[in-house]
Parts: sequence; structure tokens; C-alpha cells
Amino acid sequence: MAEAGMVMYEEEFKHIDAELSKLHQQVNAKVTFLVDKNGQLIASVGETQNLDTTSLASLTAGNIAATGGMARLLGEREFSILFHEGERDNIHISMIGQRVILVVVFDQRSSLGLVRLRVKKSVEVFTQIFDRILKKVEKESGKKIETKSPFAEITEEDIEKLFG
Amino acid sequence: MSFINYSAREINCKIVYYGPGLCGKTTNLLYIYKKTTPDSKGKMISLATETERTLFFDFLPLSLGTIRGFKVRFHLYTVPGQVFYDASRKLILRGVDGVVFVADSQVERMEANIESAENLRKNLTEQGFNLDTIPYTVQYNKRDLPNVVPLEEINKSLNPRSVPYFEGVATQGKGVFDTLKEIAKQVILELKKNA
Repeated sequence: MAEAGMVMYEEEFKHIDAELSKLHQQVNAKVTFLVDKNGQLIASVGETQNLDTTSLASLTAGNIAATGGMARLLGEREFSILFHEGERDNIHISMIGQRVILVVVFDQRSSLGLVRLRVKKSVEVFTQIFDRILKKVEKESGKKIETKSPFAEITEEDIEKLFG
Repeated sequence: MSFINYSAREINCKIVYYGPGLCGKTTNLLYIYKKTTPDSKGKMISLATETERTLFFDFLPLSLGTIRGFKVRFHLYTVPGQVFYDASRKLILRGVDGVVFVADSQVERMEANIESAENLRKNLTEQGFNLDTIPYTVQYNKRDLPNVVPLEEINKSLNPRSVPYFEGVATQGKGVFDTLKEIAKQVILELKKNA
């Protein structure tokens, strides 16, 4: 495997959710969410009822991947911030470390300047949280017997049941 | 790369459908989309050209149910099959958990199949994966057409690893769910192995 799978624990999830909520309030955003670089939605806060966050997450990751490809062609490591401006809504996308993407959707109740400023601060907080998660995952994989992985006991029967 | 969320009690896995242009990757996803209940699927996203050729990827999120109290979700992706979209294909393989190779069974597409399989091996290696060990299955599609390569022969050329394979007619759904089930099974067993 190229990389170990990502694991999210209850405690860190609470911290992430709290920071996302804080950012959401500070910038008066419509939605703030975090996506894994591979397109998996990690957490979201705000007006998500009428929003297809799963698809949005996948397209965000595709967008970052495509832009990253362009960056490398130009000799850049990556473009760490993307901004898309619409008639009503705008979307601000930024990389956290090399692994996670922070997305802020906002309208005229906020401004690009404010979003950029607050996102910069949040990125620092998220970087610390994800560093902690990585360390925890490494530590847990070192003591396999004590971790309660839900997969260790999976049987063929369990898998058959999925397809009913 | 699977994503295990202990907080939401969810497991997300990524499956990529690979193969030459016009082999039926998008058709596989469309059939799955058509035949699954609304509560178990999300919206299908197709980034395609005006002539319905895949430009970047198709994406279909699928919820299959629960295993040991964890919701199991598969994110199905297709790659653009046309040769000149190689940069996009590489990006989509990032973090993949399992690959389905869809081959076009017609005699005249054999060269394209072989080229695509070689391209898959190369691109997987670039992303740090190994085609000889990653969860993998092959579907020989378009078996209803008159000019198809005999099964034994096509399997010999395209399946040196001897993974489980299926005959398909994706437009009618034949072999589509068998293929999906096989790759899902392999991906979950891989998670078990690494648990």
C-alpha cells in the first residue's frame, strides 16, 4: 500500500468539528467542510441540508488534484489556495499539510479578505490536530492487539450480507 | 486509501474502474446507479464531454449496509479511457483500494486492452501500488457482440495474475454486480488483513 488508510477517532473528531464551527461563525460562512485529499468527506458544518456534500467532496478533491497536476507542470509543488467566484456563492479551497482540504462556501454576508485571514489561522489549528491523529495512528498500529479494529473479525458471511 | 471514521462509525473505500476508451466503465456505473435503491446511493457525477466521453471521471457513492456496526461505503470512480487523458488517470488512482479492469472483448480492441492494462500497471506503480497485490478483478465486457475474442484467449492475455474474472454485457447489466461484489469482497478482506 502506498499510504496507510486514514483513521478518525472520536476525540480528534470533536476538536475538528469545534474548529470548523468556529471558522464557520467567524467568517459568516454558509458551509465549512473538510475533505481528505482522496475525496472522502471528513466533517461539515453549516447549511448542508440541501447540499450534496459527498459529491462536493469528491469534486473538490478532483479539483485540487487537477490543479496540483498543473502546478507540477509549471515547476510548482502545489497551488495551496483555490478560489471560485460565483454570482451568489463563492468557494475558497485550501490545503492543510499534504493530506486534507479545507473548504469554505460563502456569499455576500462575508468577504474574501475575511475568509483568507481566518482560514489561515484555522489551517494552523487543523495542522496540529492532524499531526496528533497521525501520531495516534502510528502508535495504535504498533500495539495491534489492544486496538479494537472492526475488521479483525469480519467473516465471508458478513460480506455476503452486504449484498443481501 | 480507506477512511475509517470511528466517530461516525463509517468506513469509506475507493474503487476505480479502469480500461480502454469505450469499453463500458461508465456503463457499469450507470447500471449500478439504476439498479440500487435511492437510499443506498448518492448522486452520480459524470464529468464528460458533449459527446458523453468521460473527460475527468465519473463518481458514484454507494452505501452497502453495515458490518459490525460500521456503515460501509464505496466510492466508485471511472477513469477517462482515451490515451491522451493519462494525467487525469494518474490522479484518480490516488488512494485507490481496489481496481476493476473492464476490457472490451472485441477482436479489434485487443491492442487497446493490452495498452490500457500496461498503463494501469505503470500508473499504479507511480502511485506506490502494485498491480500484483492490490485488490483486483477483470470484466470482459461486450460478450454479446459477434466478433469477440474467445474467453480463454482474452483471459490469457489480460489476466496473468489469474484473479477472478467475469463475462459482462454492461448495457444489459450482465456481470456488473458480480464484478462489484468481487472487488468489494477483496477490498474488505484486505482491510481485515491489515486490521
